[in-house]
Amino acid sequence: MSQNFLDQFLFVALPYVCLFTFFLMTIYRYRMQSFSYSSLSSQFLENKHHFWAVVPFHYGILVVTAGHLVAFAIPRSILAWNSHPLRLYVLEVSALIFGLMTLIGLVGVIVRRLTHSKIRTVTSPTDWVLFAMLLVQAASGIAIALFYPWGSSWFASNLSPYLWSIFKLSPDVTYVAAMPHLVKLHIVLAFVTIGFFPFTRLVHLLVIPNPYLWRKPQVVRWYGTRSKI
Amino acid sequence: MNIRSQVSMVFHLDKCIGCHTCSVACKNVWTDRKGAEYMWWNNVETKPGTGYPTKWEDQEKYKGGWESNGNGKLKIKSTGKMKIIPNIFHNPHMPSIDDYYEPWTYDYQNLFNAPEGTDQPTAVPVSMIDGEKIDVQAGPNWDDDLGGSPIYAEHDPNLQGLSEQQRLQLSSVERLVFFYLPRICNHCLNACCVASCPSGALYKRGEDGIVLIDQKKCRAWRSCVSACPYKKTYFNWFTGKSEKCILCFPRLETGQAPACFHSCVGRIRYLGVLLYDADRIEEVAKLPDDELVEGQRSLVLDPHDPAVIAQAKRNGIADGVIEAAQRSPVYKFVMKWKIALPPHIEFRTLPMLFYVPPMSPVQASKPEDTIQHVSDNLFHDIDDSRVPMKFLANLFGAGHEGGVRYALRKQKAVRWHRRAETVGDVDRETADRMLREADTTREEADAIYELTSLCTFEDRFVIPPMHREQAIEMMKEPHEHREETGFGFVGGPQRGL
Ligand code: SF4
Ligand code: SF4
Repeated sequence: MSQNFLDQFLFVALPYVCLFTFFLMTIYRYRMQSFSYSSLSSQFLENKHHFWAVVPFHYGILVVTAGHLVAFAIPRSILAWNSHPLRLYVLEVSALIFGLMTLIGLVGVIVRRLTHSKIRTVTSPTDWVLFAMLLVQAASGIAIALFYPWGSSWFASNLSPYLWSIFKLSPDVTYVAAMPHLVKLHIVLAFVTIGFFPFTRLVHLLVIPNPYLWRKPQVVRWYGTRSKI
Repeated sequence: MNIRSQVSMVFHLDKCIGCHTCSVACKNVWTDRKGAEYMWWNNVETKPGTGYPTKWEDQEKYKGGWESNGNGKLKIKSTGKMKIIPNIFHNPHMPSIDDYYEPWTYDYQNLFNAPEGTDQPTAVPVSMIDGEKIDVQAGPNWDDDLGGSPIYAEHDPNLQGLSEQQRLQLSSVERLVFFYLPRICNHCLNACCVASCPSGALYKRGEDGIVLIDQKKCRAWRSCVSACPYKKTYFNWFTGKSEKCILCFPRLETGQAPACFHSCVGRIRYLGVLLYDADRIEEVAKLPDDELVEGQRSLVLDPHDPAVIAQAKRNGIADGVIEAAQRSPVYKFVMKWKIALPPHIEFRTLPMLFYVPPMSPVQASKPEDTIQHVSDNLFHDIDDSRVPMKFLANLFGAGHEGGVRYALRKQKAVRWHRRAETVGDVDRETADRMLREADTTREEADAIYELTSLCTFEDRFVIPPMHREQAIEMMKEPHEHREETGFGFVGGPQRGL
């Protein structure tokens, strides 16, 4: 009974609270405090170790997150892809490589922020909490990949339906209830990170510069529309 | 033709005394804040010297500005368009704080709190970033007045193309020479900072051409810092936003000259409107190096030409602005007299701040010094001057001497014309011949003399009416505006978490 209650709390209540916070607060912050939307880059204060930490971390986490999203969005195609063992290996190994890149990059980021006193001054307590969360998340992700292999398949077949059930507003925890603890930790932390997201520097993810590639090089702003003058 | 107006500037280098009053005025008004301590939106450099940030002119190092690759395309050297994707996490050409200097203060408390001892307590320098003690190795104007020449002056990127002998001469004790180069953002027509911003946070104001960074849209991608070849956008390490010279637009809008202009002791600064054809910007920016100076001039339109006036009105330029353009001192220096030149036009941003190149002392070792009445060449000292022509040409002519020589000859002719008029130790005939050879007339020379030496505040700054009342937020019903967008900032601009 209590196990069931805990599952309900962790995999139903918590996700909704976190998702709700995410949407509400990112929009609120964007509207009321758009000045605070910044990647808060520290490259200016330390330019040498920056490359070796930040670059692997970003490429790693982007690919890994994108992978999770794809498996969530189109689980059947993933399963079809994985039906061939060789393709399954390729997918698993590359996921692991990018996972390791994330972890190594993240450790680099943390070490860099700890060792350079100038960078320490621009690191807020929130940043440290965030780094700790991401560290546990990356480490648990890699551990899952090692101890519970073929994650790309079981994610698509078991977790994707659970996530969809959350989004369809008819939560069904039977899929996750049977998962090992490590996987549960990973899921819970993922939702907590999403809930924490609007209060951290992660918001820069939402303002990645897409129109840049299409816009004209020169930007001109007028007081009003020119015809009105 | 698409006519726009641009508040443009002229700095008369022959008058700059290197007092840094301008820098201090700017610092006190705009950058005396956390995160901005190291920024000098206005700075004054000693030339030859490496400047601020160190060697900013060396685009092999910083990759600032545009490059025109043979097939008629203009490209941002650092991280334009596609290159931004792999480089957004780490900007490969970005200067770091070490290229400027680490701002510091002194631990004055130590003078009061030091424990009793046998030695005098001192106020040691501490970093304004992390508060740690620092060993100060660089600072604003570290190489002022040629201080530390072997480290700084000798590495001036403008020395490129100078002969070994000329370089030696520049650093030999008795022939040492320098001049000052005050710098602010040039509010360029083809601004590389604007073009490089992934967020589109930088923009040029349509009405006056001032280039600004929208602080609410800047996301610290830092592209502008790398892209500006003049290194006039700065990264605020505390707020995580880039900042730059705003040409004191709140002052301009109320009819006052920018703080650095207003406070300039040498009265070297002029400000006025230029009308230009915005349709031709890209075409001009692509011209070969030696045609750039003339090309940029060809963009600027004659504000007295009825056709230009009619078109300007059609393009929505207010009558007051056209009138200001007609009285613009900048138009006179740049277009009529052609004695003001853009800095490093080869960066292809089409800067709208122009410099009158400085006259320099003639070589002390020449037997006949100032002027040789007998010689056929009355301008010999311009080519023999202590600052090699090539050096000035690298700064103000993309390496081509023609424009600089023209400006210097005219300035010299004006001097000797005035000498003939007032002191009388130069005969009229020689003076007139000089005027002729320098492509000028007595009337023009007098006009140049007046605007250079006798200029009042009103002569130097012809500030156009800025017509803020036309701004969109003012055209709206205030209540409606408030309902739609609220009051803007809630709680002031704060560093994000
Ligand atoms: S000088 Fe630099 S910052 Fe100023 S407009 Fe030109 S490119 Fe932009
Ligand atoms: S205040 Fe004027 S004279 Fe003094 S350094 Fe600045 S530009 Fe030169």
